[in-house]
Amino acid sequence: METTYRSNIMICAGTGCVANGSLKVKDALETELIKRNLQNEVKIVLTGCNGFCAKGPVMVVYPEDIFYQMVKPEDVPHLVEEHFIKGRPVQKFLYTPPTEKKTIPVMNEIPFFKHQVLRALRNRSLIDAEKIEEYIARDGYMAAAKALTEMTPEQIVAEMKKSGLRGRGGAGFLTGLKWELCARVTGEIKYILCNGDEGDPGAFMDRSVMEADPHSVLEGMIIAAKAISAHYGYIYVRAEYPLAVHRLQLAIEQAKERGLLGKDILGTGFDLDLEIYQGAGAFVCGEETALMASIEGKRGMPKPKPPFPAVKGLWMRPSVLNNVETFANVPPIILNGADWFASLGTEKSKGTKVFALSGALNNIGLVEVPMGIPLKTIIFDIGGGVKNNRKFKAVQMGGPSGGCIPHTLIDTPVDYENINKTGAIMGSGGMVVMDETTCMPAMAKFFLEFTEDESCGKCVPCRVGNKTLLTILQRITNGEGREGDIELLLNLSQQIKDTSLCGLGQTSPNPVLTTIKYFRDEYEAHIKEKRCPARVCTPLVKFVVDQEKCKKCGLCFKNCPVGAIKWEKGQPAYIDQEKCTKCKTCIKNCRFWAID
Amino acid sequence: MAKLTIADLKKIKETYHASQALREGGFRVKITVHMGTCGIAAGARGIMNVIMEELGKANRKDVAITTSGCAGLCSKEPMLTIETMGEPPVKYIALTEDKTRKIFAEHVLAGKPVTEFALVAGHETTY
Repeated sequence: METTYRSNIMICAGTGCVANGSLKVKDALETELIKRNLQNEVKIVLTGCNGFCAKGPVMVVYPEDIFYQMVKPEDVPHLVEEHFIKGRPVQKFLYTPPTEKKTIPVMNEIPFFKHQVLRALRNRSLIDAEKIEEYIARDGYMAAAKALTEMTPEQIVAEMKKSGLRGRGGAGFLTGLKWELCARVTGEIKYILCNGDEGDPGAFMDRSVMEADPHSVLEGMIIAAKAISAHYGYIYVRAEYPLAVHRLQLAIEQAKERGLLGKDILGTGFDLDLEIYQGAGAFVCGEETALMASIEGKRGMPKPKPPFPAVKGLWMRPSVLNNVETFANVPPIILNGADWFASLGTEKSKGTKVFALSGALNNIGLVEVPMGIPLKTIIFDIGGGVKNNRKFKAVQMGGPSGGCIPHTLIDTPVDYENINKTGAIMGSGGMVVMDETTCMPAMAKFFLEFTEDESCGKCVPCRVGNKTLLTILQRITNGEGREGDIELLLNLSQQIKDTSLCGLGQTSPNPVLTTIKYFRDEYEAHIKEKRCPARVCTPLVKFVVDQEKCKKCGLCFKNCPVGAIKWEKGQPAYIDQEKCTKCKTCIKNCRFWAID
Repeated sequence: MAKLTIADLKKIKETYHASQALREGGFRVKITVHMGTCGIAAGARGIMNVIMEELGKANRKDVAITTSGCAGLCSKEPMLTIETMGEPPVKYIALTEDKTRKIFAEHVLAGKPVTEFALVAGHETTY
């Protein structure tokens, strides 16, 4: 009597699938079916080549007509249990045809886009920066029209104050308040200035706004000019941003031709002339009084405040200086109202912030997120996590003026107050992400080299203090650190912060202070144990293979450019100190941290 | 050029919207090449040249080409966005000239998005 089976498994026994182990899967299935007492219910049939060798071993289960792919013998018990006992197909092995599986995801399915809200970057990807009509088609210059025809300067200031917009250059001063201070000062000539001197290593927010949407900056400046009654203004851009300069220049010309700048804007009787001033790229010129000195044709050096620029700024006239991103935020506030703007963000930090993500991340780029979003979301969801499966160590926010935020504070909400609490600053929006291969004292040294180089030299604490900080950091990373150096760094840092003339010196010790605060053990390892835990500081690396940690893979041997490594299959590697040039290629290639 | 008034602004907004909107402009497809500094550094000009060349060869009048700034994902540049009438815009990443030719042939001319090079479809959240 022929047995009737409830189910048939057709296992491919073509050459491809056999090579992939289909016969072993068949054996495993037979054993498992007997174990479950299903041998009389389920029949195993070997078939010829199924044609889908790439996904082998493959099998088809009848009567359901279910196609399983890449099944291994060890998967069989699970498969039998799920499919033949519980009656549900095992998702993991199901084959989905490419046409069905490969649909293009939509924006909110991709974390990079899902968490972003574009306000300052509202025209990103949508307009041609060199065509003013495209900007106008996206409500461009409608806010300026509203401000010039329907609003008094007081109303503009009131709306801006109510919106809670804070300066996006980094310090976070209330924009509306800044305008009010200047509006109250009487003076025939006032200036509206735009700070496009973006100089932090790892920051490119302002450049991108100027390149992609120059008219949004011009429109913001028109509105601000009306609020403070200024009729002349400058956009200060560094000459290293040629495309930004080109597109801004084009934008100014187009706006002038159409009566959106110059005399009698939009027939309202309001005049504003704007001009680009190209800076030579000195970091200190991002400081407002130094920027003004630079426009005046003087050496870019800061002045003590007061008098504040709102009272005596450019050429001793009342002036308002705002950052590029701040101006780009203004038109939608005027158009949609302060409440709309304040609907996003936290209690004291309203709206959105643009960040430039760089460093050891999978997604490098420019993102705009609501204030208060956890740092974790920015780094792991939007940024796609750390590259090469390495561990996240810290993120430097605010460039050389900012500080690092360690992995332990990854849940910090990103707004002015919470970031300040960590010892870092919001800054203009640079986020440099570091993985475990970064040495924190060496990182602090890098930023000190930058600030020491960029210090204008006017005041002693910044000129001499930063140089001394750098000297101490150099000796620590050279393996010549002394007992008490950490205290010396802390003490000196505080003095530089307290006594420097401008923001450059007042913030330059921040990278030192925060790295000591969060990674003091690394400083101690450098000074006391003469060891660099991240294997970055060459004088502290011994170039010895740890015989226990070595997995004998030979990667160091294969990559050593001078043949200094001895290795044989199955043997741990050995570095010949005579031949070694300390280039660290072996360390970079070792996946097991076995070289110290 | 005549100075604009506020009424003119509104008019430009309407008329330009019309020409930007594919249907009224007589275009079936709009190609946007992202040409910020990051895009240009990654080779966006070469991509633009390929598109111009392919469009010349295809001799089609229903395809509009334009540029725009950084699309935000600088590490995946060069990028381009293709908008076909009635379909959400599709963003392509990490392009080469060969990929661009394939995208032009399959998506722009034949209307079938090339899923393997596409990152995402749809509009970003503004406001």
